[in-house]
Amino acid sequence: MYDFSNITMWIHNLLMSFLPEWATLLIEFVLIGVAILALYCILALFLIYFERRVAGAFQCRLGPNRVGPFGIFQSIADMLKILIKELIYLKNIDHFLFNLAPFFVLVASMLTFACLPWGRGLQVINYDVGVFFMLAVSGLGIIGVLLAGWSSNSKYTVIGAMRAGAQMISYELSIGLSILTIVALSGSMSVTGIVDAQYDGWFLFKGHIPALIAFIIYLIAGSAEINRGPFDMAEAESELTAGYHTEYSGIHFGFYYLAEYLNLFIMGGIATTLFLGGWMPLHIPGWETFNTIMDYIPSIVWFLGKSIVVVWISMWFRWTFPRLRIDQLLKLEWKYLLPISLVNLAIMSVIVALGWHF
Amino acid sequence: MASIQEKISALIPEANFTEAQVLEISVPDAQWHKLAKALYEDANAPFDYLTTIVGMDWGETLGCVYYLESTKTGDRLSVRVETADRQNPTLHSVADIWESANFYEREVYDFFGIIFINHPDMRRLFLRRDWVGHPLRKDYDASPEVNPVRLHHEEAYDTTVSYVEQADGKIVKTEPVIFAPDDYVINIGPQHPSTHGVLRLRCSLDGEFIKKIDPYCGYIHRGIEKMSESLTYPQTLHFTDRLDYLSAMQNRHALCMCIEDAMQVEVPTRAQYIRTINDELMRISSHLLFWGTFCNDLGSTTALIYGFREREMVLDILEETTGARMSFHYNKIGGVMQDIHPDYQRKIKEFCKIMPERLKEYHRFFTGNVIAQGRMHGISVISKERCIAHSMTGPSGRASGWACDVRKRIPYALYDKVEFDEVLRTEGDIYARYMVRMDEILQSIRIIEQLVDNIPEGPVSEKMKPIIKLPEGHWFRQVEASRGAFGVYIESRGDKYPYRLKFNSPGMMLVASLDEVCRGGKIADLIAGGGSLDYVIPDIDR
Repeated sequence: MYDFSNITMWIHNLLMSFLPEWATLLIEFVLIGVAILALYCILALFLIYFERRVAGAFQCRLGPNRVGPFGIFQSIADMLKILIKELIYLKNIDHFLFNLAPFFVLVASMLTFACLPWGRGLQVINYDVGVFFMLAVSGLGIIGVLLAGWSSNSKYTVIGAMRAGAQMISYELSIGLSILTIVALSGSMSVTGIVDAQYDGWFLFKGHIPALIAFIIYLIAGSAEINRGPFDMAEAESELTAGYHTEYSGIHFGFYYLAEYLNLFIMGGIATTLFLGGWMPLHIPGWETFNTIMDYIPSIVWFLGKSIVVVWISMWFRWTFPRLRIDQLLKLEWKYLLPISLVNLAIMSVIVALGWHF
Repeated sequence: MASIQEKISALIPEANFTEAQVLEISVPDAQWHKLAKALYEDANAPFDYLTTIVGMDWGETLGCVYYLESTKTGDRLSVRVETADRQNPTLHSVADIWESANFYEREVYDFFGIIFINHPDMRRLFLRRDWVGHPLRKDYDASPEVNPVRLHHEEAYDTTVSYVEQADGKIVKTEPVIFAPDDYVINIGPQHPSTHGVLRLRCSLDGEFIKKIDPYCGYIHRGIEKMSESLTYPQTLHFTDRLDYLSAMQNRHALCMCIEDAMQVEVPTRAQYIRTINDELMRISSHLLFWGTFCNDLGSTTALIYGFREREMVLDILEETTGARMSFHYNKIGGVMQDIHPDYQRKIKEFCKIMPERLKEYHRFFTGNVIAQGRMHGISVISKERCIAHSMTGPSGRASGWACDVRKRIPYALYDKVEFDEVLRTEGDIYARYMVRMDEILQSIRIIEQLVDNIPEGPVSEKMKPIIKLPEGHWFRQVEASRGAFGVYIESRGDKYPYRLKFNSPGMMLVASLDEVCRGGKIADLIAGGGSLDYVIPDIDR
């Protein structure tokens, strides 16, 4: 596959040739920041449109189809609307925390987003413990949710935030364990290392049944982690109207909305990276011609395509299943997913230790 | 019935008896509680089902008419209790005998100002606390200066009023506490996605658990009963479609039937067929909407659209014939407004073929889902006895095993000529209430299929005089609306206006029972439980 670090190095060298190092870095930081923000927004707009079309298809209706061809500008119109809406503050809210909360959620999801590998060398943050970093920063989002619930001075938001807190902390365990299963299989915690290890086959296929179990657990726990149906207890619009962000309006609400959709994509992206080979094309050992043809498809397309498939699966069960109750949700995690994950990790370790994997 | 009469006159010699639609007993207030207890505890025919309490202003006296029924034998009777004191009218409460009297008596207090002694919670039910006067009294001052539009919100009070009779006969005013100061009270509604209208519930919580629910009604109170008193009978018909808009056909059927009863008009058979079919179509559409909204309450948003998809077919059929999709205005006194559309029968038969298949799809999609099962089984359980005590009729009552279907108990229209089963379950939980409605759709289709091919030729309505006057007297008729027994009470003084028109809505009792049904559950169970009771707010508030 094409190594994108050639391009980034070329830009770096070009800037270094006539600028001091600090200026070069500054420009690069700004460039990367703008690129991430732009990508973040475009993806969110796309996902909102995509979800509405998917929901439409599931519900025997059309979905947005008026603004632009096939309604593709619908989310842009929605975005404009949300931008010009008034920010409403309730009485007796904690203004500082109220304003701060959306940014916690947003920043957490952006940091996680920056870890996703889009191709060889096309990745913003690439630590040796990249997976660990990803888990750590994605966990920050819960602070924003709790703050929002607390600072809004509303009983609905407090209940929503408490539910979200209990839910996210619980499901982080399962996510961590299912990721750990893959780390055990690949022997690396670096995102690049994990993707490279899938050159001759995706972990979903290489890791026997434990990888499959880990994948399913990841899908369930991931959906719960990003507060989407059937695990959208924190919002539960039929119970708590909108849960922790009930009192937010305008772009503040927009931030939550944005983060929710991007988290959906991030969930898909991480699943892709860990289980479906990341940006790696589909390689089947022995089929050289096939592999070469597959290599012609750019890595970005592979990554986006796989992520969107995972996102679609998530949407599929969001629009099919009813919502769990909070105690059922916690029971599912602590009584089923967590023990299964632990056993699964043990089995995977045995498989790796004995070299039974492909 | 004669034996009951003997028993009562042995117990209370002052009681007067009249034979009308049912046996009517008139007792003084002092004896009423004793009689009520005796009737409730009667060995042969315990009158355990309080059908309704009609508050009345007879001019000279104020009082109530109680309609009672024995669920064991099906015997019905009514009791008339009155008080001559128009300044401070008091009657004795029977809320300790029949749970449902709690809300009914609050309604009477609200509209007539009759204070019920020993009632635990003597607040107004529909109107604001600062409302001046009691609107259904004949001496009510309706001028806008007395009750201007209030520009401030009504404060929520945590205590209520109760008038307790001491052992020595003295009446003491007490202030029972509804919510203690350290209760965590959340306000659900009146603007809330899952209260199915403008119902307001104040709930005290213990974490996620519901400790107590206190329903507030009246946010969509339109004074329909008051307005009816100044409108002619054909005009009053129009309100029925706006009570429970999902039982528009049945409600109107009830009022038409009550008026026809009073005038002793025979409705043509063709009209009877059409009325019965329309009632059942309405029931199907209501249950389909129930399915959609209930699933939506449980977080399955897709189901809402599926339910609406099939409901649309029913509405299309009704629209062709009646010209409307919501407030049909189709039944009229003596028959129906106009003849059926030529496509009516064909389309109904098509629908009857499709619907059972779609029900299977619903079950595959939602009922069998493991999450849905977990949310429905064994939650918000209510027993048959408590159902009867709360007068919870309709599918909610039948889910607890109470055979309360008016179509079977007091057959009207063509229900005694068609074959159908009364769907009964015994669990009394959300799942039972859900499944009863699902199975009732099939039974409704069964009824329609028996009728649709046999609609006889003939006129669709009896010719009525331009001005309809009812003879003096009073009548009470019930039909099985989509969510329970819907009753109409008319008192006439021989005018072209009703002297008193009372709608007895099934929804009010469902909301009244909400506290008992959902207490101890979680917030999510309150939403699911409320959804499974399937109340419609305009029906309650009237």
